[in-house]
Formats: sequence, structure tokens, C-alpha cells
Amino acid sequence: MFDQLSDRLQSTLSDVRSRGKLSESDIDSAMRDIRLALLEADVNFKVVKAFTKTLKERCLGAEVMDSLDPGQQVVKIVNEELADLMGGEGVDLAVANSGPTVILMAGLQGSGKTTACAKLAQHFGKQRKDVALAACDVYRPAAVDQLITMGRRAGAHVYEKGTDADPVDIATWALDRAREERRDYLIIDTAGRLHIDQDLMKELSRIRDKTKPDDVLLVVDAMTGQDAVGVAESFAEAAEFDGVVMTKLDGDARGGAALSVKAVTGKPIMFASAGEKIEDFDKFHPDRMAQRILGMGDVLSLIERAESQVDEKSAEELEEKLKKDQFTLEDFLTQMKQVRKMGPLSGILGMLPGMGAMKQLKNANIDERQLDRTEAIILSMTPAERHDPTLIKGKRRKRIADGSGTRVQEVRALVKQFDQMRVMMRSMANGKMPDPQKLMQMSGQAPRPKVRRR
Amino acid sequence: MIDLGSREPANVAPPDEAEPERKRGVFRRLRESLSKSRQALQEEISASVFEKIDDETWELLEEALILADVGAPTTAAVVEKLEHEVDSGAVPAEGEAIRDRLIEMLAEVASTARAKIDLSAQPAVLMMVGVNGTGKTTTIGKIAWHLSKEFGLSVVMGAGDTYRAAAAEQLAEWANRAGAELVRGQAGADPGSVAYDAVSAAVARNADVVIVDTAGRLHTQDNLMEELAKVRRVIGKLIPEAPHETLISIDATTGQNGLRQAKVFSEAVEVDGVVLTKLDGTAKGGIALAIAAELGIPVKLIGVGEKLEDLRPFDPPEYAAALLAE
Repeated sequence: MFDQLSDRLQSTLSDVRSRGKLSESDIDSAMRDIRLALLEADVNFKVVKAFTKTLKERCLGAEVMDSLDPGQQVVKIVNEELADLMGGEGVDLAVANSGPTVILMAGLQGSGKTTACAKLAQHFGKQRKDVALAACDVYRPAAVDQLITMGRRAGAHVYEKGTDADPVDIATWALDRAREERRDYLIIDTAGRLHIDQDLMKELSRIRDKTKPDDVLLVVDAMTGQDAVGVAESFAEAAEFDGVVMTKLDGDARGGAALSVKAVTGKPIMFASAGEKIEDFDKFHPDRMAQRILGMGDVLSLIERAESQVDEKSAEELEEKLKKDQFTLEDFLTQMKQVRKMGPLSGILGMLPGMGAMKQLKNANIDERQLDRTEAIILSMTPAERHDPTLIKGKRRKRIADGSGTRVQEVRALVKQFDQMRVMMRSMANGKMPDPQKLMQMSGQAPRPKVRRR
Repeated sequence: MIDLGSREPANVAPPDEAEPERKRGVFRRLRESLSKSRQALQEEISASVFEKIDDETWELLEEALILADVGAPTTAAVVEKLEHEVDSGAVPAEGEAIRDRLIEMLAEVASTARAKIDLSAQPAVLMMVGVNGTGKTTTIGKIAWHLSKEFGLSVVMGAGDTYRAAAAEQLAEWANRAGAELVRGQAGADPGSVAYDAVSAAVARNADVVIVDTAGRLHTQDNLMEELAKVRRVIGKLIPEAPHETLISIDATTGQNGLRQAKVFSEAVEVDGVVLTKLDGTAKGGIALAIAAELGIPVKLIGVGEKLEDLRPFDPPEYAAALLAE
């Protein structure tokens, strides 16, 4: 975790002021912390070694050695170097000059190729392109059926010849059809294959040679460990892929494989796939991936997701209300609904920056049921009560409790928490950061037992 | 590898001659499929590692285990212990002895909890869970085939993945190949109800085993983990004690996240064992060692290919030896 790394580095390099200057062995200790963090993130051991070597050189410079807060400096440098290594902003796919742009998808079994094909198809569909898919996985039971169904959902045409034809023949036939029917894109789905399976790797080469794709994409599961390097190298040799699609990024795998593949093959990660729904697909953002590998919150994604749920006008209105302390329980209900729409709360919380200070909150499994109760309580209030919770006493409190199926104490606690939160949010809206302790108390989270340090 | 209870297994080859031959065949195939991983590791641990025993020896051993995805904590623990044993003289400071002791230690770590699969009940209920793409459905096909062809048991499969496009069709194909019966619902049906139907059907037909497939899901999706818990409860209501075995499929290429997967899945449902899949690749599946060490969940089966026969019992010494063998 970045916050853990950050803390570790702070403590490793903290007593500089008392000791005077930093020594090389201090930097070595810091490099060890970073190495562990990256290995935890599944970055390939050899890539980690090479990376920390370069990093050390930079850290031995004045930037760190003369700094008053070397821990922070090192953190900053690590982030920069990682983002740099991950490459510039997402690279674009090559597009054909004439005829359909052909994209060949390859990868290990279970990496998420078929789902990625459908997502790519929808991605282009949104740009109003005419997309076709070629079903060249004749080995996996019902693979063709799966592609047909997903293709239909993505609004793409599927070329298939069942499971009795040869995949190379299917691919070339599909290309002819795509040309005849003037498709903009032809995405070729292939069977998952082991990079050490010579026969299947030869088949992949043949498909590539016959269809001459504009782009060959390697699909890699974000949870892949040390093996990623071997896989990428073999596929690079056999298929000469142009870029990578990272899948299952909606999990909590840190995704070090992305760094490994990029470092070893030089090929960019082009797309990030997060989720089984076709919409969960995005251009790859190297800086965000770097943050994720280090365990930092994926801030931009969160902001984007929030933006998509809240339109700008209501966001501005909300800010005004917060500043002027006109934020009511009604507003809170609206906000809660919007936040819940963004996705499971524990996932969202994990995305927030500065969660390092609120470690325990981050690890807390936010109880959706508790939120249900909160929502029910607010819904049992009258608009007047939501607007002015000071009205809620005695009989009203009982009525609300009965109406929401909760207890009087819970209603009282909610109103109290809301009051505290309103005050805090007012100062946040006016630019002041909240006190983490207060934030934790408010959310009603009891501190979790300390995780045993490995 | 399987506890069949009071059943008389039919179709089993006569013991003695067939047994050692078959056993040798199994081990040979195991070594073959793991030889690729061994070769890769061999490059890491060349003979020179053990020529001179010094700090570099331990570093190189650590490196090899990390490259096998064993993970830093378990690696550190094992190598540190080994180093102490060599320093104290308990293990001679000599290549062969150190290698043997390391294999022994790794096998010990891997031998946690009961390795047998409990199918003694009638019907015995087995539930497969795991993250997307790890090989649940293929494994079910293989298990069903083994049970039906090797032991002559009657198997019912429940198409509990009602989410993925053509998932039921995929399982149907495996049921066909394995000679098992399939119970399915409509697409988008409630997985709990399909599980219910499958187990009920097994009871009604006095089948020996019912295997319930579930949709692949990320452990980070709380609502889906809750859904899994619900499927388990539904099964438990029909037959107390069921599911008798819950297996999680872990892809051998998985890195440290595999530990998270095993942990979170076992919080939602009681996971009895791991099926370590895709060991026919170059990945060593070291994460299984970490799962055994930190969670006490044993590997019970390993998958070594996409064919029906490509399923093996997990044998810790074999596994450790295959990782470090010459």
C-alpha cells in the first residue's frame, strides 16, 4: 500500500535531522522498502531489481540527500519514475488506410479476451463505427456461442463457422467478409493458449500472417504474478503484439504485471478493462496505473465516475449550500444515493486520496445495510424535519424510528452525526481538510484490530 | 484423493499390477507437465548456487521462490529457517543436503489440513467458486469425468453460472463429455434456485455426487460474495452439512492477489480446498504455498491442461520436488 510504503519510508528516513546527513545505507534501506512494496504488487523480481537500481542513483542526488523530508521526496520520485516507466499517455491504435482496421486479440486461457473483444466492439460502436467480430476459438466449449451473444449485445456483427473449421481459415474468411461488407473494424477473437504451446503459437503466427492485422493486442489479467514476463516475451516473439489490454482491473490486484510487461517488451498498455459489463472499458492511463501499483488511490477515475453521476449544475449548487451551511438531510440523502450509484462503497473509499491518514477507515468494510437503515430513517422524516432536524424530539423521533423500522437511539445518533458532518463539510467546502479522527468517529466505525505485520 | 465413504467404487482397475503402473503413469505425466516449470526454475537454481554456501546462496534461493510467486513473507520465513538450520549444523552446509531440506520444508508448508476430498455423503455436494477465468467449469468437467469413468459414480452438474453468456452451454458440453447429467435454469435465473434444483434432482435420482458451478466473480464485489453465501445457505437448507466440499480455483499464474482471493472467498463461504489450475504453463503456482501457510487452506487438486484427463491429486513432496528438482 502506498500509505504503508509512505509510512515505511518516513520511518526509515525520518531521523535525518537528528543524525545530520543521510547515508547511502539509509538509501539502501529505503530501496528495500520500495522493493518489497513492488514485489507485493507483483512486479517482476528482475524488473524490480533494475528499477530500484536506477531509482537509487537518483536518490543519491541532492534532491533527496539535502531534503528536509527525504521520505516524502523519495515517494515523489518513485511515483514519477514509475509513471515514466509506464509510458506517456495512452497510445492510440493504428487504423487502416483503406478497408477494415483489423485487430487481433491474443492471450492465455481465462485472461478475458472474449469479453475484451466485446468491449472493444462497443468502444468503437460508440464512435459510430461498424464493427465485426471473428470467432476463431474453436476449442473452448461454447466459446463461439459466447462471442455471438456478447457481440450481439455490443451491436457488432459476428462471423463464425462453428467449431469444425480451422481457425486460420475462419480468420481469412472473416476478413474477406469484412471487406465485402465494408466494416470499419474486424476484431479477431482467438483461443486462449499457453505461450509454451508451440503448435498453438504457430497457429497464432499463421493467423497474423494471413490477416495482416493493424494491431495485435495481448490480453493480460491484472492479477498475473511473476509469470507475466515470460508470457509477454513469448507472445512478443510469436505474435509481435503492439499493445496490451489489462483486464479485471476492478479487482484489488495491484497490477504489477502491467509494469513488468511494459518494462520488458517496451509495448504500451493501451486499454484498461474493469468489470464484466461491456461499458466497463477505458483507455489506459499510465499515471493512474502507477498510482495503483503503489497502492495510491485512483483519484482521477473516482472523479470521473462521480462526474458522470452528478451534473455540474447540481454540484455547484451543492457546494454553495455547504459553504453557507444550508446543507440538509434531504441533500444528504441525494448525495448518498449518488455515491451509492457509483459502486460498492468499499471500492469507492479505496479510491480516495489521503486515505493513508485514515487507514482504518479504508480497511473498513462499509456496511451497506447500515446505509439502508440511514436512508430509511431519512425517508421517514417529513420534509420539514429534513430541513430542520432540531424539530426532531420525543414523539417525532419515535414516529421516525417506527416508520423506518429502527430504534430511537439510531435516529438520535444520525441527527447528531449529521450535525457534526455538516460543520465539517462546511469547513471542507471552504478549503480546510478534516481531522481524520473526527471523520472516523462520525462514520461510526470502531477502530479495527491491527493487522499482524508480516 | 477422494473419500468415497461407504460406496463400492465400480470400474476401478484391479490393484497391484495396474496400480503401480497407473501411479507411475500419473507421476510421469505430472513430471512432464511440470518439467517446463522445472526447467525454468533450473535456470535460476543452477548447480553453482550450492557450490559455495554464502549470503548469495540465500539470496538466490529467495529470488527463485519469489519468481515462483511464493511471495516475500513466506519466502523469507522458509529461507530464514533453512539458513538457521544450516548455521546451527542441523543441516550440513552442502548442496545436496540443503536442497533436500528445502524441498522437505516447502512440502511441509504445503501439507496443511486434510487433503482428501470428502464425497462420502449420498449425494455428496461439491461447490466450485473462484474469480473469473480461473478454470472452474473446465475443472468441474474433469472431476465429473474422473468420478464417472474411474469410480463409476453418477454425477449431476448444476449450471449455477447464470450470468456469463453461454455459460450453461459450456457446462453442457462438459456434462456430455463426462457422462454427467446437467441441471440448468434460464439465463439470468437466480443462482440459488439453480443450485436448489440441481441438488433436489440429485436427491430424487439418488445420484452419488452433485457439482454446483458458480459464476466467476471478483472477491471485491461484496454483493456477489453475498450471493455466493446465499447459494451456500440454499444448499445447506436442502441437505444439512452440504456443500460437503467447497473448492476455490486459483490460476497458477496468479500473483499475490491469490491470497486475497482465497481469504475473501473463505469469509463468504467455507473454502475447504484449492484447485490449482493451469500448472501446465510456466507459472509455478507458488501462491498456493502462501495460501497454505497463511490461511491453512490446502491444495487438493491440480489442473494440468484443458483435456478431461488433465487433473491430478495434489502431492506436496512431488510439488516441491518438481519446483526444485534437477
